[in-house]
Amino acid sequence: MADALIELTGVSKRYGAHAALDSVDLAVSAGQFVALVGGSGSGKTTLLKTVNGLIAPDAGRVSVAGEDVATAEPHLLRRRIGYVFQEVGLFPHLTVAENIAITPRLLGWDASRMAARVAELLELVALPADVAGRAPAALSGGQRQRVGVARALAAEPRLMLMDEPFGALDPVTRDALGADYRALHERLGLTTLMVTHDMAEAVLLADRIVVLAGGRILADGAPAELLASSKDPQVLALLEAPKRQAERLRERLGA
Amino acid sequence: MSPQLAAAFELLPEYLGWHVLLSVSALALGLVISLPLAVAASRSPRLRWPVLALASLIQTIPSLALLALFYPLLLALSAASQALLGQGFSALGFLPSLLALTLYSILPILRNGVTGITGVDPAISQAADGVGMTRRQKLIQVELPLAAPVIMAGVRTAAVWTIGAATLSTPVGQTSLGNYIFAGLQTENWVSVLFGCAAAAVLAMTTDQLLGLVETGLRTRRRGMVLGGLVALLVGAAAALLPLASFGRPAAYVVGAKNFSEQYILAALMADRLQRTGAQVERKENLGSSVAYRALAAGEIDVYVDYTGTLWTSVLGRTDNPGRAAILTQLTAELKKRDGVVVLGSLGFENAYAFAMRADRAKALGVTSLDDLAREARNLTLGTDVEFLSRPEWKAVDAAYNLTFKAERSFQPTFMYRALGSGEADVISAFSSDGRIAADRLVVLSDPRGAIPPYDAVILVSPRRAQDRRLLDALQPLVGAVSVEAMRAANYSVDRDAGKVTPAEAARALALP
Repeated sequence: MADALIELTGVSKRYGAHAALDSVDLAVSAGQFVALVGGSGSGKTTLLKTVNGLIAPDAGRVSVAGEDVATAEPHLLRRRIGYVFQEVGLFPHLTVAENIAITPRLLGWDASRMAARVAELLELVALPADVAGRAPAALSGGQRQRVGVARALAAEPRLMLMDEPFGALDPVTRDALGADYRALHERLGLTTLMVTHDMAEAVLLADRIVVLAGGRILADGAPAELLASSKDPQVLALLEAPKRQAERLRERLGA
Repeated sequence: MSPQLAAAFELLPEYLGWHVLLSVSALALGLVISLPLAVAASRSPRLRWPVLALASLIQTIPSLALLALFYPLLLALSAASQALLGQGFSALGFLPSLLALTLYSILPILRNGVTGITGVDPAISQAADGVGMTRRQKLIQVELPLAAPVIMAGVRTAAVWTIGAATLSTPVGQTSLGNYIFAGLQTENWVSVLFGCAAAAVLAMTTDQLLGLVETGLRTRRRGMVLGGLVALLVGAAAALLPLASFGRPAAYVVGAKNFSEQYILAALMADRLQRTGAQVERKENLGSSVAYRALAAGEIDVYVDYTGTLWTSVLGRTDNPGRAAILTQLTAELKKRDGVVVLGSLGFENAYAFAMRADRAKALGVTSLDDLAREARNLTLGTDVEFLSRPEWKAVDAAYNLTFKAERSFQPTFMYRALGSGEADVISAFSSDGRIAADRLVVLSDPRGAIPPYDAVILVSPRRAQDRRLLDALQPLVGAVSVEAMRAANYSVDRDAGKVTPAEAARALALP
């Protein structure tokens, strides 16, 4: 794929005897919403972290927008990539506004531009303007993750990396935040790579699902396409699960 | 207010000022060393173990020993610097105290620094990397602010330790609140000892509370509290240091003294005479016996009183005893030739080591001389001051009389006399000019074999003051002017339990020309 925004070629990573990634090839083109799905230990988080250089692969090459991650200045690369993860990691000693504006500050934006951007982002992630001055500890879990998304978007990245972003939230919040983020992805023309262990979430949000197991890619395609074409029983079982769940829910609720 | 308390308060600005200056400097230096070390150790587990182990090891060295060890070390460094660069520095006083206290302050700051930085939530650390911080930005913007309360708790511990241990800098010649304690212990002025303890404790507690305020402020992210605590600390330190602006002027003359009453009185006497010429005078008291002579030879003190026998045996390393006059003459020539030190002359009295017993005990055992003592020694306990048994004089006496005691015990001079009174010691190594010999009606044993050298009190002048007319003229009249009776009376007025006076008052009462 010539116009790939992310490109992994023969990427491997070992932890002792365990292969977290085993010669993985993957290309993601601009504008795609890709879900990385798999059980724990499948290598999905490791794969995600090789893209912004939080993990350096033992072998293979990772490039973002044509630039080799191995030779890029890691902090400069990461300022161009949004990163959201389950624990959120808001800085407890900074206010919500200071948290959101952290990457713009590192990039040397002036104060008025940062203030305007913070206001814009709070609206974008559907948070009231008055949370700006609060400490992260004063927010609910869902609000905190919205701030996490806002912080990742602050420096106007084209690429978003998300690691189980909504995993720790209650189902209602999770559903709302997922839908809100998908809308943002469309509106801002983002490219999103999201790790999840929840196939239903992957099917609902992503255009393309990459299934990982034991550090290898087991299946890769649009949700419906995968269901139709995959012959791997493991993949089929993963894909059937949300479908079965939906049918049973309909039966039990009598809709 | 009692006169003793009033006298203690009078000294407070100077002692407190130096104590605060020393503690603040040591703490600041300790922070400068231990913070980068903590950062490095938190980054590298391989570095962490040896660094923390070394800091813990330093902590196990008794503080007084650490202070004492820096003096010879700095003396050697100063000599090396003199040889290489033609410029030496003072190995006494502030520098050894500062270095020892700095080492002492490192461990708590280092240990808490490592704990604080490695204790930052991994999710927050990952977020800092994720938003694109460099290592340095992550340290300054995230790790240090989050570790600050823990680091501050370490600074508190270090501050309390440093302020406490700073009282021990008195014996290496640095004025501190320890002067109250060391001088008070020697002269049995318990008001002074308690005053020194209380002053150090109040200083430590106040500092601890204010640093605690800063710590709480950092923990609860209340900027006003942090600022308030810091401002109060700063104002307090500045107020304590203000008096030093006048005391801190380089003194024209430095008068030294060892660590007992007679020395304090004679130092006060000399300082008073120098001050009457209009000169600035600083005092360095409570110096160790051999520290005093080396400090004089190195020009760190200008004048002090020592004893011919001590100089003869300890400084010149002689074991023979050619007699009182010959020793004084040879000593004057030798010290001038070897170190450039001037022996101005004898004050007129002797303060020799004298074996003393309670009169009733001596009579019962039939002991009047050291020969008699040798006969009875096997059943007796010898009480001495802390250095006597390691001194050459004791080796000379032991060689001459072959004294083997049932037990040998060391005391601070004050407690040595007490031990004799209470029967914990049967015979003590007293000092012949001590007023307590007459007051307690002790029997001084004779020395028929002449093993104990004479101990004429002599004024010693440093090489750099050898031609200083003002100093020499001011002190010359003291030569031959102090009788042993006058000295005993003066010593007793300071040492007695009831109605004691300060060394300065005793010096005035000596009523000299």
